[in-house]
Amino acid sequence: MSLATSPTTRRPPERFERPGALRFLLYAGLVAFVVWGFSGSGLSAEKLVRGLPSLGSMLERMFRPSLDRIDRILESLLVTFQMAIAGCALGLVLSLPLAILATDGLSPHPVVRGLARGLIAFFRTVPDLVWALVFVIAVGLGPAAGVLAIMVDTIGFAGRFFAEAMEETDKGPREALSAMGARRMGVIFSAVVPDAMPSFVATSLFCLEKATRSSVVLGLVGAGGIGVELKVAFDLFDYDTAATIILVVFALVVLVEQAGAVLRRRII
Amino acid sequence: MIVAPDASAIRVTKLVKSFGPDRRIADGLDLAVARGEAVSIIGANGAGKSTLLRLLVGLVPPDDGEVHLLGAPVTRLKGRALAASRARVGFVFQKHNLVSRLSALSNVLHGVQARRAGPRTWHQALARREDREEAMACLDAVGLADLARQRVDSLSGGQSQRVAVARMLMQRPELVLADEPDASLDPRAGAEVMGLLARLSREKGLTLVFVSHHMAHAVAFADRVVGLAGGRVALDERAATSDPDRLAAFFDEPPPAPGDAVSASLPLQRIGAAS
Repeated sequence: MSLATSPTTRRPPERFERPGALRFLLYAGLVAFVVWGFSGSGLSAEKLVRGLPSLGSMLERMFRPSLDRIDRILESLLVTFQMAIAGCALGLVLSLPLAILATDGLSPHPVVRGLARGLIAFFRTVPDLVWALVFVIAVGLGPAAGVLAIMVDTIGFAGRFFAEAMEETDKGPREALSAMGARRMGVIFSAVVPDAMPSFVATSLFCLEKATRSSVVLGLVGAGGIGVELKVAFDLFDYDTAATIILVVFALVVLVEQAGAVLRRRII
Repeated sequence: MIVAPDASAIRVTKLVKSFGPDRRIADGLDLAVARGEAVSIIGANGAGKSTLLRLLVGLVPPDDGEVHLLGAPVTRLKGRALAASRARVGFVFQKHNLVSRLSALSNVLHGVQARRAGPRTWHQALARREDREEAMACLDAVGLADLARQRVDSLSGGQSQRVAVARMLMQRPELVLADEPDASLDPRAGAEVMGLLARLSREKGLTLVFVSHHMAHAVAFADRVVGLAGGRVALDERAATSDPDRLAAFFDEPPPAPGDAVSASLPLQRIGAAS
């Protein structure tokens, strides 16, 4: 006797449901949306084909990467990383109070919470490059502008994730402390912050990675670091130096990301 | 602070609380507990035992009625005044509600926040010397002085609940409210925690009010047993003359509260005879 279940006259349902009129319109709209995006890009097969030789010649001139100015390059790479660390540290320190004000249940008033959330969202949605431009005008060319840009960018990122981490903490210890008459600050720093600490550390490491990546680009608008070197090398068609810069930047970013990943695994 | 004329630890008058039209958990509830008394509260799931404890300390606001706690009109207090009256009440929860990533000592130290605020009350490493010593004495009183440095998430359920009792002691309360402190523990650990709580309360002359689903605990560790049904006190007797098996019958046929239709429709569930 076979183990198979005996056949039934009932047929399995259709593999795909026939879309209704509304759903069909939605799909069509989605396709149109993507096509519309391409229509504004000016991208064409012809352009790509014509662009290939110049890309090839640039790559050829990049090889082999020049080590002539390696001292100077490593020095500004170090400055770039310092910018990332300083901006990140400032941003993280300022994120915590702002995140507390933005956290449901910890914020003193819904209006304060709304304002804090709005500020964090504003810091996050304006790109770091724009912040760099703003701070270059405010404090002049150089790494200081980069540090401030990274700081604001970090607040936008960490503020949001700190607040979310605190909202997700166990409500029990908070209730226990409130029940004994503890003050708001006591509840936050005795129960909420210790509970959210692993998440805070993970977010902080992400911030440092993100800051390292963006600190490279910020130099392009004059906010200090290795970005300036990269821009100068490209402007002077000094592609073999540019290749060296790209490679050392790549090495730094990979190093920070790997170190961050290892640390995160050990903490969580 | 207005001091009530009577010297009772708890005086609840005509308390009303409902969560929506279908969940009326206090319906003109009256209850008085004398200072130094140990009272157990029993009742079916949803009878409002836990909510009653939360109403007592103002963690849940009532719809109507009054609560006087150690003479203070809790239902009329707000902000600092409410915090001050809460500080005199130690609360032990069903789930220990400790900060799991901190050491036992830090958790016990948090009890000092009932009378003082500031960074030196947040963590044992920052604490004043006399506070650390007192926290250590509280841990010793529950038999866990050796585990002071252990993180709470590495302790057993029974040990954690004892740390919660130590935190409550650190608070130096006059009244102890315990919401099923024996519920999430195995029978032996549950009995140990209940015994500890009852003994410490008696030794220090504290008033103790606890909720339990264990009829044996409700009788053994209290002077008086109070049963809730239909949003009112439906049973009130001396523990000395009470019998766990007879109490279990309370869950089959709760005496209907006069003029109350809700009690009849409450989904009462029979719980087994006392363990």
